[in-house]
Amino acid sequence: MISISGLLGQAFAILLALLLAPLLSGWVGQCRAWFQSRTAPPLLLPYFMLQKLFNKDVVLAHNASSLFRAAPFVIFGCMVLACAIVPTLSTDLPFAPAADALALVGVFGLARIFIALAGMDVGTAFGSLGGRREMLVGFLAEPALLMVFFTLAMIAQSTSLVTIVETLAYRELVIYPSLAFAGIAFTFVSLAENARVPVDNPATHLELTMIHEAMILEYSGRHLALIEWAASLKLYAYSCLGLALFFPWGIAPGDNFFALVAAIPLLMFKLAIGGFLLAGIETVNAKLRIFRAPEFLGTAFMLAVLGLLVRLLLEVRV
Amino acid sequence: MDFFVLMLAIPLVSGALLTVVGERDWAPNLNIVASLGTFLAAVGLTGEIIANGPRFAFGEQFFIDSLNVFFVSLTAFVGLTTSIFSGPYMKNEREHGRLSVPRLRLYKGMYQLFMFTMLAALTTNNLGILWVAMEAATLTTVLLVSLYRTSASLEAAWKYFILCGVGIAQALFGTILLYFAAERVLGESGNALLWTHLIDVKGSLEPTIMALSFIFLLVGYGTKVGLAPLHNWLPDAHAEGPTPVSAVLSGLLLNVALYAILRCKVLADGALPNGYAGNLMIGFGLFTLLVAAFFLSRQKDVKRMFAYSSIEHMGLITFAFGMGGPIANFAGLLHMTMHSLTKSAIFFAVGHATQKTGTQLMEHIRGLIKINPLIGWGLMLGTLAILGMPPFGVFASEFMILTHAMKHFPWATPILLLALGVAFAAIFGKVQPMVFGETTAKRLPHAPAMTPVFLHLGIVLMLGLYIPPYLTRWFHEAARMLG
Amino acid sequence: MTSSIPLSAQLINLFAAVILLLGFAMLAQRRMLSLINLFALQGFCLFLATLVAAVTTGQVHLFYSAGLTLALKVLLLPWILHRLVRQLKVKREVEALINIPTTMLVGIVLVMVAFNVALPISELSHTITRGTLGIALAVVMLAFLMMITRQKAISQVVGFLSMENGLFLAATSATYGMPMVVELGIALDVLVGVIILGVFFFQIRDQFDSLDIRHMEKLKDN
Repeated sequence: MISISGLLGQAFAILLALLLAPLLSGWVGQCRAWFQSRTAPPLLLPYFMLQKLFNKDVVLAHNASSLFRAAPFVIFGCMVLACAIVPTLSTDLPFAPAADALALVGVFGLARIFIALAGMDVGTAFGSLGGRREMLVGFLAEPALLMVFFTLAMIAQSTSLVTIVETLAYRELVIYPSLAFAGIAFTFVSLAENARVPVDNPATHLELTMIHEAMILEYSGRHLALIEWAASLKLYAYSCLGLALFFPWGIAPGDNFFALVAAIPLLMFKLAIGGFLLAGIETVNAKLRIFRAPEFLGTAFMLAVLGLLVRLLLEVRV
Repeated sequence: MDFFVLMLAIPLVSGALLTVVGERDWAPNLNIVASLGTFLAAVGLTGEIIANGPRFAFGEQFFIDSLNVFFVSLTAFVGLTTSIFSGPYMKNEREHGRLSVPRLRLYKGMYQLFMFTMLAALTTNNLGILWVAMEAATLTTVLLVSLYRTSASLEAAWKYFILCGVGIAQALFGTILLYFAAERVLGESGNALLWTHLIDVKGSLEPTIMALSFIFLLVGYGTKVGLAPLHNWLPDAHAEGPTPVSAVLSGLLLNVALYAILRCKVLADGALPNGYAGNLMIGFGLFTLLVAAFFLSRQKDVKRMFAYSSIEHMGLITFAFGMGGPIANFAGLLHMTMHSLTKSAIFFAVGHATQKTGTQLMEHIRGLIKINPLIGWGLMLGTLAILGMPPFGVFASEFMILTHAMKHFPWATPILLLALGVAFAAIFGKVQPMVFGETTAKRLPHAPAMTPVFLHLGIVLMLGLYIPPYLTRWFHEAARMLG
Repeated sequence: MTSSIPLSAQLINLFAAVILLLGFAMLAQRRMLSLINLFALQGFCLFLATLVAAVTTGQVHLFYSAGLTLALKVLLLPWILHRLVRQLKVKREVEALINIPTTMLVGIVLVMVAFNVALPISELSHTITRGTLGIALAVVMLAFLMMITRQKAISQVVGFLSMENGLFLAATSATYGMPMVVELGIALDVLVGVIILGVFFFQIRDQFDSLDIRHMEKLKDN
């Protein structure tokens, strides 16, 4: 069943994810700078950061437990797994049967729990504050994400990501209004999950508003590097997931080698546009007060449910 | 010239004229003359229908049969007497400084346009135009309710507009569904909203759609009838608008809305033979009756109280039509007539009484019989009539409804008796000290027009004692049309 | 299967879905001017949906209906409302009676109810756009909800007009529009209604110094 080319493709996809993810973060940062008429940081800044952090020593708090030390590895592992499941270049992924769309939500959830636990582990005020907020956001974002997947699963009659993408990519052109709802909901969820502007701002350490940064304040050295890298991977995974679900054209079918090669520049092009749009969204919107975040995510949930309902009413024929 | 065209043209033209030309010395007279013309045209039309049977007008868009010509003549008659009443009433209001000249112009223009929309609603054959005319009637009366521009009247008008707007939107949805059901049978010929075509195919209309459609229509037009729980606008609009407006709202608009429901019920009955529509109306009617009866006792404002009394009677009539059958329908039609005449007479009397005493609060109105025996006796007799005392006509129709209910819906009898009893106690207990007792009131600059009051009460009394055979035949025919 | 739906029906479904989405957006919108713009956009989607239906079926009166929608709901009424808002200076936010997420959840429930009510009926329809009947009912109910929960007089009127949008969508989707004379009458009523309300707003503001209908709670059965 598992072909050599499939394994190679899978390995290549993971490798590409590891390499491209910091680049995507750098690109978004650069676009934001342009939008805000600032001098842009170098595109490769995230790589330099990672290199610098890997070369530094780790400073641990006295009361840090082993969980604190293990968490970065777990989180990083989860994100790599997520990137492996999401069909980025090809739909021939040997890992794919291991986890469907729902399990993917679970993988993200696992990472979230670890980062929140690690944040609270040392016992600083900021850590537990960030952990609580992260769980609040996650608690609201996950149902919305699940609803999005349910809508897609209804279209594809399967919860396997590969099947969904294959159904969507190689069908005849049909307008699915439900997909529009799901797409908007997914964008909302992605913004929240990746600590982006309307919910959180990854570029500041403003104590009253931060979520993600508050949890990782105590990390340093290679631990911090792994977490930063994992954050980039998460953004990459979400971006690829969005592209694969809502703009699936160009993903290579099966083990077609040439299509695979052709898919790489196309993916980079789509990611570049996606990153540009993300920076645009972040520039146009102001950060919400933390108490408004539930409203934001509630809207996402509502949209996803609407997508499901519209799917039921408009598109299903008895 | 054609009586029908004349009947619609007179209020339309005179309404426009009164709006454009403005308030002159002859404006009240023109208002009365126009109403008289409309009434005469309606009488002529009635004679024509009785002699020649149903007829169409403007292609098939308008249709007059014995059912709606009965409402038409009633509407035109009450319209005439109200315009006679409003002449001195409005002059007094102006002397009191409650109304300015432009407002009087607005009042007269809108009054005639309101008559036009109601007559159009009654005579149209097209259920879509029926909706349009009902909505237009709402719009014209919104301006009439807010005529005093006090905060209370604005609030009442706003509530009236929003609630009836929402209600009437439901009715439009019901109409769309009805059209949808009809189009499947009649095709896309544009006839699918014409009642005369619908009635021929009522048996083959899709029951699922008709069931939903009738709910929407009942709730929608029911809002305008004042059926609970959507009756909230009605007491406010009656209490805060000028009294002639209260009289036509109670006496006419509620009837027209109920008429719309009746037309739709005939169609729904055809599609759903299990009495679905009737049961819905029985439920709504009884609920409305009970709610109104118990709210009656809590009222302090005299016009508000009689507004609740209107709601109560509308509930009773809805219940009667819900029971269906020739007798109940006959009783329902009779009761509609009696209620229109009696309630507008009461509002006329109340209008003069409040003008004399300068308040609408019942605890401040005392000794009307000493101020002006005519007003006092008018109010007393009107109250007795509306409460269903023999020998007035309301007694006859209520008695018929009650006996029919005892026979076919015995479980409803205690509810009816309870509601009617509570209403009797509440209204009589409050009107009695208003009429008798000591007074502090002053004279009015313009003598009240008491003729309409006693004219109405006289007819009600006459109909209670003796219904002319041609009227009976007419009622029977109309009742038969309702199935 | 889904593939059997013709393109025009897909387009109308899409527009209907967008109209529903805009209904929710209006429910969530706090700013007056944005609310009116959303309403205009909703009208525009209705116009497009009607236009597609008109082109597909070639029925002339649907073209008129679409034109009527464009003229009235997209251009004239939003323009009048914009002017009113400017003259009355009610640009500031309105706090809804119930907070917005709760309203949204209620809205979702209403949509489910509407879809369920409409389902047996849309199965009977033979038009290409039968699925949209449920959406139309949902839009009507959402507008209804908006009228209940809003405090400002203008947002209630926008809700009322949005309800009219839903009704027109229902008419287009279930039956390819009502007879022309009826549609004209409805449009006239709506127009006159808005003009009367415009006059009304000024009276209300003069009386209450505000367009907040919370001041209008004097009339009660004590």
